[in-house]
Parts: sequence; C-alpha cells; structure tokens
Amino acid sequence: MDEKTVTVQDTNPMDTETLEVNFGPQHPSTHGVFRMNIVLDGETIVSVKPVMGYLHRNHEQIAENLTYAAVMPYTDRLDYFNSMANNFGYALAVEKLARIEVPERAQYIRVIMAELTRLVNHVSVIGFLLNDLGAFFTPVLYAFREREKILDIFEAISGSRMMCNYFRFGGVKRDVSDADLEQIRKIVQKFPAFLDEFEALLTKNEILCMRCQNVGVLPPDLAVNASITGPVLRASGVNYDIRKVDRYSIYERFSFRIPLGDKGDVYDRYYVRILEMRESVKILEQALKGIRPGEFIHPKSTSFLKLPRNFKPPVGEAYGRVESPKGELGYYLVSDGTPQPWRYHVRSPSLINLTVLEDLCVGHKVADAIIILGSIDIILGELDR
Amino acid sequence: MAFAKNISAIDQGIKNELAQKGIVIATLNDLYNWGRRSSLWPMQFGLACCAIEMIATACARYDIARFGAELFRPSPRQADFMIISGTVTKKMAPLLVRLYNQMPEPKYVLTMGACAISGGPFIDGYNVLRGIDRYIPVDVHLPGCPPRPEALLYGLIQLQKKIDSQEIEKCEWYQKGLKRVYPVPEYGPHGLIPKYNPEVWRPRQEELRKQRYGQPILTGKKTKAPHLDVVTTAPSS
Repeated sequence: MDEKTVTVQDTNPMDTETLEVNFGPQHPSTHGVFRMNIVLDGETIVSVKPVMGYLHRNHEQIAENLTYAAVMPYTDRLDYFNSMANNFGYALAVEKLARIEVPERAQYIRVIMAELTRLVNHVSVIGFLLNDLGAFFTPVLYAFREREKILDIFEAISGSRMMCNYFRFGGVKRDVSDADLEQIRKIVQKFPAFLDEFEALLTKNEILCMRCQNVGVLPPDLAVNASITGPVLRASGVNYDIRKVDRYSIYERFSFRIPLGDKGDVYDRYYVRILEMRESVKILEQALKGIRPGEFIHPKSTSFLKLPRNFKPPVGEAYGRVESPKGELGYYLVSDGTPQPWRYHVRSPSLINLTVLEDLCVGHKVADAIIILGSIDIILGELDR
Repeated sequence: MAFAKNISAIDQGIKNELAQKGIVIATLNDLYNWGRRSSLWPMQFGLACCAIEMIATACARYDIARFGAELFRPSPRQADFMIISGTVTKKMAPLLVRLYNQMPEPKYVLTMGACAISGGPFIDGYNVLRGIDRYIPVDVHLPGCPPRPEALLYGLIQLQKKIDSQEIEKCEWYQKGLKRVYPVPEYGPHGLIPKYNPEVWRPRQEELRKQRYGQPILTGKKTKAPHLDVVTTAPSS
C-alpha cells in the first residue's frame, strides 16, 4: 500500500485526511479471500479498489489439458454453492459443440436440479447478507437448515453433497428413483412455508429496511452498460432472464414470472431473490408433474463416457449459457478435433457483476460497503477461477 | 493416527473407588488438557469450497459446539487452531504464514480438504501451492473434496486426542526460547521464494506422483488455432 505523506503546510486544520483501509483477504465479511482497498474520508467511502486473484486456481489452463468429460468435476468447483448449475452450462456448451441430443427425462431432471440449486444458493446468500448486516449467524442457521434438506437429495442422487458432478453430455449420470422424486416433492411443498417464516422475520423488519433501502442504488442504464446479469440486474428493473430469453433446455414449457425490482438498491436485490425462489418453486412443481419415465442419458453418449479420449467433437466453437443463480454463466469452447478443448473460457457472473462495486459504494458509509458486496453475491471460486 | 497415552500416575482402582464416593481425582495434566481441548477456538476464515462445509459444520445439524469449538474468532490472536479450508494459492500462502505467526501458543493447524494437503485436483495449476505443510507444521490432515462435516468433526476429535497426549512439563510452548514463527515466503518471478521451508518440510527423494501415475499426460498448448470457417452454431438470441 502506498503511504501518502501529508505535510503540515498544505493541510487546512479543518480538512480531514483520507484513510486507506485494507479489507481482507482474511476477513469474515468478504465472502472468501477477496480484498478491497477502501479510501475513507471519515466514514464515507471515497474509492474502492478490489484486489482479486487469491483463489486463482487455473481452471481454464487445467481444463485445456484435460478431456472434455474430465472438465466436468472442475466446473463443480467454480461456484461451489450451486454445482449443478455449473454442470448444466458446461454440458450445454459441449452438446452444442458435438450436437448431442438430450432425452426428455434427462431434461426434466436437469431443470429440477438446476432449480433446487437456485433455492440453495438464494437462501444461503440471504443468510449471509443478514450476517453482514449484523444479525450474526441466526439467519444462516435457518438457511442452512433448508440447505441441508436439499443437499440430502443431491447426495442420494449423485453421491456427493456439494460437488455433485452429475451432468453428462447427453443426459445425467444416473436415474432419479421415484422415492427421491417423492422426497423432492415433499421439500418443494414445504418450501413456501419456510419462505413465509423467513419473510415474516425479515422483509418488513425495520432494521433491515433502514439499512438496505436506498443503499447501493444501481441505475438500469449503468447495469446494462456494465453487462450485469442475474438478480442484480433484475433488481434494477431490467427484464432479462436467460431462461426466458434463450429458452435453453425445456424452460419454454413452464410458466413462471420474472420478478423485477424498481429501485435497484440492496433491499430490492434481497427481495428479488425471495420472489425468485417462489418462482423456482413453481417451476419445480410443474417439472415434478411433467416428468415421465424414460431414458436418462442418450444411448450414444454412454460409449464415449466409457472412453473419454475417444470423444472428439468436430472443429468449431460453441457458447453454452445458463441462468445460474448469480447471473449469466457462459462456457465458450473451441475445438480443434482433438480430445482436448483448444480454448476454454468461462464467463463468470461473479466477476462481471463485481465491476460496478466502486460505483455502488462511493458516497456510502463503510458499513454499507459490506452489505453492498454481500448483495452482489460473489463466490470467489468463480470470480478468480 | 496414534498418540501415546498420557500415563496417569494414579491407580485406576483407587480412582474408581473414590469416584463411587463422589470424589474425583485427576492429575494436573488431565485437568489442563481437559480445559484446553474442551474449548478450542478456531480461526474464522475460509479459503474455498471447504469453507462452506466448515460453516455447515458450525450450523445446527452438525453443531461443532458439541465439541467446544463453536467460537470462530476472526482475529488470529484469539484463536487456538486454524482450519485451512480450501485451496492455498501462491498468492495466499504468504498471508497464511503470517496469520500462523500471529497466533498465540499453543497453536495447532488442521488442513481440510485435498487442496490444502497437496494441491488436490488443482495440483497441475501454476498458481496452486502443493500443500501448506511446506511452510507451516500441520497437526491433522483431513482428506476429502470437500470432506463431509462428520469428517471435520472426526478431525477435531483427533486434534483433541493429540492435545490429550501432551504433557504440561514437557510441552514446548513453556520451554525457553521457543519461537514458532516461520519466515514468510516472498513472491518471486517463478512462484514463491523459498519453495519450501526446510525446517518443516523436505521433498521426498523419489517422486511418488511420477511413480504412481507415470508422466502426466499433458499435451501442452498447441500454437496453431483451429480453422473455424464452418461455424457450428449460430449465436443464440
């Protein structure tokens, strides 16, 4: 850090000196190993400089030396809260590249899993946001109670709690049993009651309103120009959801609405997430009704899953994108006809959503910077990759 | 992992007899270690994916408070042990050594997950440290990717067993001249300098990785880009 030397002559005694504060990387509220250099005038923020790279794990470089199938477990570790959504995006990209068909039942299973991860992610993010607001750990206990129930499903289906590695090109790894579907139905039925409980404690809470309303306002034109996606964009009132725009997989079969905020402050970002969870529950109910017995993976793709080095997509490029709970998660692949991707790039929503951090924080108090960061919802594994 | 039993000088028969009359006798060692192991304060910081499982362990279902380790301290100066939960990159490693140096004695380190132990799945990365035990001594290694919360609790119990096996007369943090402060590595042009701390860790003579897997299959970067005149997919929307 540069130390500014201020001589006595050129300061007015009434002027205040700016103070440079270093947040993180070891700080409980930076959501991992993120670091911010904040310049403060009194308690007001003058500038914010994010410092990244403390969790740069060379995801892309490692993936370019692996076979296509072997990259799948690495995508779990990008955004470790919602591994299924990461799998989804990567599977879509490779399926576009190699033109693989996905059977009907697999599509339904994929949508169910992706929406369940959205519930996990949003509920945990709201818990951590409240954590940052000073309600230390109590909301997280509620949130993780629900998270554990969904993780039990993931464990029963894929064999792992967090790092599911469940999607395959042309389907999913194994079938979902009727007992598991019944379990998912039970969770989905009870989830609105939990949301009501959560909202009764939080939504009209005066402290929450005072702290969150009119803090970190993101105007819609700035949000669009900075290519912000996900709940952060929709809280600013821009109607853009990849599930509606791109209609990947079978999302056009479900009727659901896109919740939009009108101001774009921290409170809107919180409330959009709550509403999005309610819409996810709607999608889940429809998907659980519509799912029929059938193949869970395309019969052709089982052959190259056994011999992953024989899987050589044709020369070309593909971009697969999904609406991950954080925003647009895109995978760009360039194939040169060998078993390894020639170029592999991840468009991570955490990194791109973070670019407006300074615009949101300047002018607010230092305590607000933490909740603004919490409301953007970054995950360092995806941010630094 | 086996630790030497802390041999109590008191006969077990006498102990049992007195216990029936409501009298409990213990050596100073037992009392001292009981106190230490029953209120271990971990340091609150997460590095990567394993941190989420660490939080889940602290939450209601697994409840690390049953083992006396629920009070996560954000400051290293108040912490008893450090859970290194996640991938240690070369950018983060010097900071971890500094955090370790700031912790008061007695201090313990628990590495959680394959990345912190050896680099794990990211071992081939240019920015990933192949195990934090190159710079600081580690008490408990906890494999898994990520380890389940039960595994973390098991690791904590192992750490408690280690604490139980230590003796107050011989413990090193009351000895004169002990200073468990390790030099902080610096950023160099090709990774960290030094590459490891020889006081703590030395490289193996034979390379196990090569022995077990042979040469890693790395094709290296191809210099020539593929010719993309036939665009397979039109840009969507």
